[in-house]
Amino acid sequence: MGAGRLYTAVAAGGFRRYATYRAATAAGVFTNTAFGIILVYTYLALWDEKPHLGGYDQAQAVTYVWLGQCLYATLAIQGGGVEKDLMERIRTGAIAIDLYRPADLQLWWLATDLGRSLFQMLGRGVIPFLVGAVFFPMALPADAGTWAAFLVALFLAMLVSFGIRYLVALSVFWLLDGMGVNQVLMVTGIFFSGMTLPLNVFPGAFGEVVRVLPWAAQLQMPADVLMGETGVAGAFAFQAAWAVALLAAGRLLQSAATRRVVVQGG
Amino acid sequence: MFIEVDGVEKVFEVRKKTGFLKRERRQVRAVDSLSFTVARGEMVGYIGPNGAGKSTTIKMLTGILTPSGGRLRVAGIDPSRERMRLAHRIGVVFGQRTTLWWDLPLIDSYRLMHRMYRIPDARYAENLDRLVELLSLESLLDVPVRQLSLGQRMRGDIVAALLHDPDVLYLDEPTIGLDVISKAKVRDFLRELNTERGTTVLLTTHDLQDIEQLCSRVMVIDHGRLMYDGPLAGLHEAGESERTLVVDLERELPPIDAGPAARVVKVEGPRQWLAFPASESAAPLVARIAAEYPLADLSVREPDIEAVIAKMLRSLGDTPKPPPDRATA
Repeated sequence: MGAGRLYTAVAAGGFRRYATYRAATAAGVFTNTAFGIILVYTYLALWDEKPHLGGYDQAQAVTYVWLGQCLYATLAIQGGGVEKDLMERIRTGAIAIDLYRPADLQLWWLATDLGRSLFQMLGRGVIPFLVGAVFFPMALPADAGTWAAFLVALFLAMLVSFGIRYLVALSVFWLLDGMGVNQVLMVTGIFFSGMTLPLNVFPGAFGEVVRVLPWAAQLQMPADVLMGETGVAGAFAFQAAWAVALLAAGRLLQSAATRRVVVQGG
Repeated sequence: MFIEVDGVEKVFEVRKKTGFLKRERRQVRAVDSLSFTVARGEMVGYIGPNGAGKSTTIKMLTGILTPSGGRLRVAGIDPSRERMRLAHRIGVVFGQRTTLWWDLPLIDSYRLMHRMYRIPDARYAENLDRLVELLSLESLLDVPVRQLSLGQRMRGDIVAALLHDPDVLYLDEPTIGLDVISKAKVRDFLRELNTERGTTVLLTTHDLQDIEQLCSRVMVIDHGRLMYDGPLAGLHEAGESERTLVVDLERELPPIDAGPAARVVKVEGPRQWLAFPASESAAPLVARIAAEYPLADLSVREPDIEAVIAKMLRSLGDTPKPPPDRATA
């Protein structure tokens, strides 16, 4: 009860914090809209050559593009979520202050990141998606049930996304600097989430593998739930399994890391 | 006793690369058979050179570090076992770091403390009003933390650490980088907090004036061991520390003869520097010089804390008397 109010307040702070960067938000809206247009025409050319690539028709491919632009910042697919702040606090040693508080480190950052995600979706993601829906034919569901299922899939995707980035951020306890892992996070995030191409277009064993990696829970699953391309229960189970596994790994790494932080002094 | 530290030690294992794949394990004793107690309501200065073990001690007292040996209690609680429970009873302020939400207005961080420490609404409102008034932050509550000056941010951090009425406050360099007015504000506030609320305060600082104005008791730690525990005056005695009287004469003169009370350490044109024991009053010395020399101006300089400690450590030969239990072991 008390804990619920605390983490709600933390999430609200995360939301407001990102809301203070108005210029960055406006620039983000513009960028995602512009990229969306470029990608849509690229995809349309590709789907023209290879109709039903990955099982999508043209309207579905267009929907996938705009959903990707909507969720790009929401799910911090190339990084740039709260893990950036966390890395900085670890690097400077300010993380010690966080440990003096009567709050759980992982839940604290998860709540902050959920607040951030919500803002990024409403403030930055929705507009490009609406632009896409107005100017291009999209394959959107008509029934509320599918939309509700999509929102659940989106929430699970947020958990998975945080789970991955939390692990990456904690690595700074050992690496002492986040530059390298940030690069890795960016490249893997963009490719394995399906930001370049939907994961279901990849053939053979490679396709099988990328579709079961945790990144597949981020964009591909919510997209397929929205467009009715996958069973809802199976999608939820897949996402939830990765969320639980990643968050549990985060807890383990956190306890190893906090034993270590205090050695570094400061 | 409110804080009990009994024979506490902390040994870190450091792995060092010694060759291509070879690693050497070395043990570093950050804190070594440390024992002291602090009564409720005391205000204690905890000082020592960098790397002496101060922050390791504080980390053990707050429970984020587990001692390798010995016994430690704060308010009857074993900190490392019950860190969360203890966290509700302590406040921590780091001069060089902040607990505040950088991009958001100050008040947002306080609302968060309200939830985090589960402070009853009425008490939160009362504490917030009182602290904000005492530290003159009324006009700054809606200002984002990143726009605050260092002194304002520091005061903001102190409020954040005290909203939940902690029994003990750990302060690490609370006046570092502050201007004279901000320093005075922070010190006045801490004194008032200690006398009116009876908050126990453990203060780490490099500023001797912080200690002089706030702490009746000082503990000096070096190489993880307690080297001195007593009043500040005693530290001056042990370190034979000296204050400096800077005298500006009307013209160049040979070194001043001030008798046995002081000696001239430096002459530069009409300006002369005289050293005299920190435990003595400057008044008779000033009177004598004013009577016998053409005096233009003068000022007194306090010894800095590093010099006092360094002198004291040297006079002890850097090896304290081993505690009796170790001597017989």
